[in-house]
Amino acid sequence: MDAALIWEWVIKALFLIFFLLGGFAYLTWYERKALARIQVRYGPNRAGPYGLLQPIADAVKLIFKEELTPSMADKVIFILAPIVTVVPVMLMAATVPWGPPIQLFGRTINMSVADLNVGVLYITSIASIAVYGIVLAGWSSNNKYAILGGLRASAQMVSYELALGLAFVLPILLAGSMRLMDIVTKQAEMGWFVLIQPVGALIFLIATLAEIGRAPFDMPDAEQELSSSYHSEYSGMKFALFFMAEYEKMIVICAIAATLFFGGFLGPGVDKWPWLGPIYLLAKIIVLLFLMIWVRATFPRIRYDRLMALGWKVLLPTALGLVFVTALGILLAEAVNPAMLWIIPLLSLVAGVLAVGVIERALRRKEYARR
Amino acid sequence: MSIDLILFLVLALVAVATALGMLFSRNAVYSALFLVLNFATVAVFYVLLSAPFIALTQITVYAGAIMVLFLFVIMLLGAERLPASPALPWQRPLAIFLALVLIAETGYLLLFRQAVTATVSLPQTDVFGSPSQVGTALFNQYLLPFEVTSVLLLSAMVGVIVLTVRKKGERE
Repeated sequence: MDAALIWEWVIKALFLIFFLLGGFAYLTWYERKALARIQVRYGPNRAGPYGLLQPIADAVKLIFKEELTPSMADKVIFILAPIVTVVPVMLMAATVPWGPPIQLFGRTINMSVADLNVGVLYITSIASIAVYGIVLAGWSSNNKYAILGGLRASAQMVSYELALGLAFVLPILLAGSMRLMDIVTKQAEMGWFVLIQPVGALIFLIATLAEIGRAPFDMPDAEQELSSSYHSEYSGMKFALFFMAEYEKMIVICAIAATLFFGGFLGPGVDKWPWLGPIYLLAKIIVLLFLMIWVRATFPRIRYDRLMALGWKVLLPTALGLVFVTALGILLAEAVNPAMLWIIPLLSLVAGVLAVGVIERALRRKEYARR
Repeated sequence: MSIDLILFLVLALVAVATALGMLFSRNAVYSALFLVLNFATVAVFYVLLSAPFIALTQITVYAGAIMVLFLFVIMLLGAERLPASPALPWQRPLAIFLALVLIAETGYLLLFRQAVTATVSLPQTDVFGSPSQVGTALFNQYLLPFEVTSVLLLSAMVGVIVLTVRKKGERE
């Protein structure tokens, strides 16, 4: 433990935080622009070329807005809640590797803030902490809508954590390690895990949408029915912190999804030129973010009981089945023939089709019962 | 004083303070939050003992799942305000008695059995406490307790479903 090591950590952490802050600002611009294009509008186009200065204008507006605290609110928790929401998101990003280790000033530098041997577990545990901010914001506002939103958020997040946790197990099984760096390097030899476990990647993406409360699973802050619920009493910078947490969550979760299933920083030529690693990862993040925005523009919000039914009755059993299939495939590949690994994508697709069939049948039965 | 000892003392202070805060706050939500902090501190203890896997499991299971459900129930029932007097009259004398027994036992062990207080040297390697090592120990050495625990949890889960399921035609 020398001073240079501490400086390295500090610089990397600061770099990551500034990346997330800048990413948050421009993700709002990106989302508004993409949504506008999908809805045949222009989107922000007044501040700067292509509206590029819009995030800065928004930030200035939010900083100078008046901050209100409801008189009957629980003051300590009311102030604490936005902070508790933002901090875990930034912590979660720490384990994502941005490239192969590089040589700089005669030292080997890992391209992640912390390369933990329990990296995946670290992500799940920090993600499970993230619920508190929303729940406490809902409770401390002393507002019926807010508390309903807080309750919804906690129930939804705890439910989808199960499917998400099992989806995390798949890359761990395939790579044989919880270290994110190992998972990425394993994908260099086996191919991206989305090819080996396509349905697993899909479940991961669906469950993360629910976990971060994005449309169509944005029940916790359903504007029309709960008037933005848990953050309806927040204004000014405190509201901005919730806003920031949501968008940073999107970035971080896309970075994790890219690392676990889409090859992380891997891409053609990354062995020769390590600086390509961060560029590839950023490109993958942007594509996945577009996917999220696209989903938001396409699907209406789903009903609360259906949300729970989807999480518990469809995603959880399917994910369990996928874990079984993956373990089976790995064992067969080790015992019989490495080519047997191809049983995993085949069986996982079968499981996915079965799951979709079950939903289809349940919906048709309801339709029939109504008639 | 080594750094480990200073860290331990500070953390111990935090752990005891949060535990007391949990006991003495008159608001159930604050109690729950103090308990979360306490769990987090215990997790840091595990990290100090170079067992990151157990530490993160502790956070995921206790702080992430169980306490969220506690908060959920407290908020759902609106039971934040705790009653001033204890609900069970015999609880306090029993608690005092049991606490005295615990103190006596601990004192006996500390004073008359020197072996338990002997310092245990921790293997400070990268492998120790790694997920693969924990897994190997769990599925070889401790297979039977592990399986028994899982069956116990499964039966509890089945019990909950049996208790809460609605029979057909009982709706509304």
